Amino acid sequence: MKIDKKTIEYIANLSRIELSDQEKEVFIHQLSDILSYIEKLNKLNTEDIKPMAHSINTTNVFREDKLELPISREDALYNAPSTMGVFFKVPKVIE
Amino acid sequence: MEYEVVIGLETHAELATIAKLFCGCSTKFGAEPNTHVCPICLGMPGVLPVMNKKAFEYALKAAVALDCEINRFTNFDRKSYYYPDLPKNYQISQNYYNLGIDGHMDMFVNGSIKMVRIHNVHLEEEAGKLIHPEEPGANYSLVDFNRAGVPLLEIVSYPDMRTVDEVESYMQTVRKILLYTEVSDCKMQEGSLRFEASISLRKKGTDKLGNRVEIKNLNSMKSVIKAIEYEAMRQSELLDRGETIDRETRLWDEVGEKSQRMRSKEESQDYRYFPEPDLLPVLIDEKWLSEVKNSIPELPLARKQRFIEAFKLSDYDASILTEEKVLADFFEECVKILDRPKAFSNWIINDLLREVKDRKLDISNLPIKPGQLAALVEIIEKGTISSTIAKEVFSEMIQTGKEPQKIVEEKGMAQISDEGLIESVIDKVIAVNPSVIEDYKKGKKNALAFLVGQVMKETKGKANPKIVNELLIQKVGS
Repeated sequence: MKIDKKTIEYIANLSRIELSDQEKEVFIHQLSDILSYIEKLNKLNTEDIKPMAHSINTTNVFREDKLELPISREDALYNAPSTMGVFFKVPKVIE
Repeated sequence: MEYEVVIGLETHAELATIAKLFCGCSTKFGAEPNTHVCPICLGMPGVLPVMNKKAFEYALKAAVALDCEINRFTNFDRKSYYYPDLPKNYQISQNYYNLGIDGHMDMFVNGSIKMVRIHNVHLEEEAGKLIHPEEPGANYSLVDFNRAGVPLLEIVSYPDMRTVDEVESYMQTVRKILLYTEVSDCKMQEGSLRFEASISLRKKGTDKLGNRVEIKNLNSMKSVIKAIEYEAMRQSELLDRGETIDRETRLWDEVGEKSQRMRSKEESQDYRYFPEPDLLPVLIDEKWLSEVKNSIPELPLARKQRFIEAFKLSDYDASILTEEKVLADFFEECVKILDRPKAFSNWIINDLLREVKDRKLDISNLPIKPGQLAALVEIIEKGTISSTIAKEVFSEMIQTGKEPQKIVEEKGMAQISDEGLIESVIDKVIAVNPSVIEDYKKGKKNALAFLVGQVMKETKGKANPKIVNELLIQKVGS
């Protein structure tokens, strides 16, 4: 599968990253190579194989509905790029 | 042009667990901002979510109550989108193997039963809360992550509704089912129950669905109705002018009572769902499923029908009694103690609910116990107190929580049935009202009512009115 410039721009937009024209060229090739490699799987016969949702063959792992101590607000806000009072501060959201 | 309005609803309900879906932080509403948080619900790198079993069971219970087919193998998926109320930049939800599919719900609309099909029921995590500063020109928003990770149930209906009456009934019925099954507290004012509507129009008599418009930001049932009415009008005006409807998402403006475009289909989000690698699938075996099925109480509509048949109640009375599970439970407890369903129904609907409303009490915490109301009805039937006095006793019971017998004793409210005592009062009344007796004898029959009234007044309402009547007629002749 060949990735074109439009697809790269679309993915970059979804990922909220900006790419220079030069970077776009690099990624067009890299992503195309990766997809071509993965495409080899399409040659396998998977007729009788059920879709797999997880690579570990275990199910039903739960915790009880019990409270555990939260972390302090100071710790919660500590790594945030921007805070204001008791809140995380983010660029204005329009929606 | 005449159009048919086609409406589907998405319901979001926060589940009533004490801890969040994937961590042990509290789900309690109204805490100080960012105090119910931990590395898991803050989406810090390297943490692993582990599913709260109770949340999963609550979701399963709701799916069963909505008659869904249960996927015995369910899995969780990542729904990716960038939005600051979502610390991981993805939401753990379900997409490929929803917990429940193809359900249905019966509801009462204008006196008849209508069925709405349920497309799916699934479990996901709640997002945090965004606070938008009011200062003009502010270029930031604030985030409180207390709500992030609270278990959230999503119920998606088919577009089976055609009128706002049906929508109203759908919302009320879903709410009642969630309350009856005790999986959510359904407090709309706290956001624990929310609705989103999708609306399309088509020419009457045609089958093809028009382009649908989704409406978000509906904070009350009233907003849902208003938004649908507005949207149906907006779309029909566009269609009448020969324009087409864009498939889009619109935001309801509560104050302006209108909707605004939020995003069009072209801008629609690409969620890139894929199986959540941090969580393991859940298998639901027969035993577990039957346990959950057995834990589901009789649902409101069925309970109402039973009340009408078993207790000979009117449709109206049965509706009100089954409106809230606590009320229906209260009623049934009373009837278990004393078999007087009609009397209890009247007391609960006319008196208890009025007191609850006047005193702004929480319905889940009724001020009297079933045994107390039963005792009151019993002493009325025995003739210990009159029904007029009973109202006073009831009001006293609500205020003080005392037993009715005790109130009657303390206040000397017991009905007087002693004929000798009543006779002496009657003699006194006759003696001071000679002219009334004259009138009565001349055939003015309503003079008797005046005399009864006087006797009741003398006895402070405690004389047994039946005995007063009989004795008076004996004395003055009929």
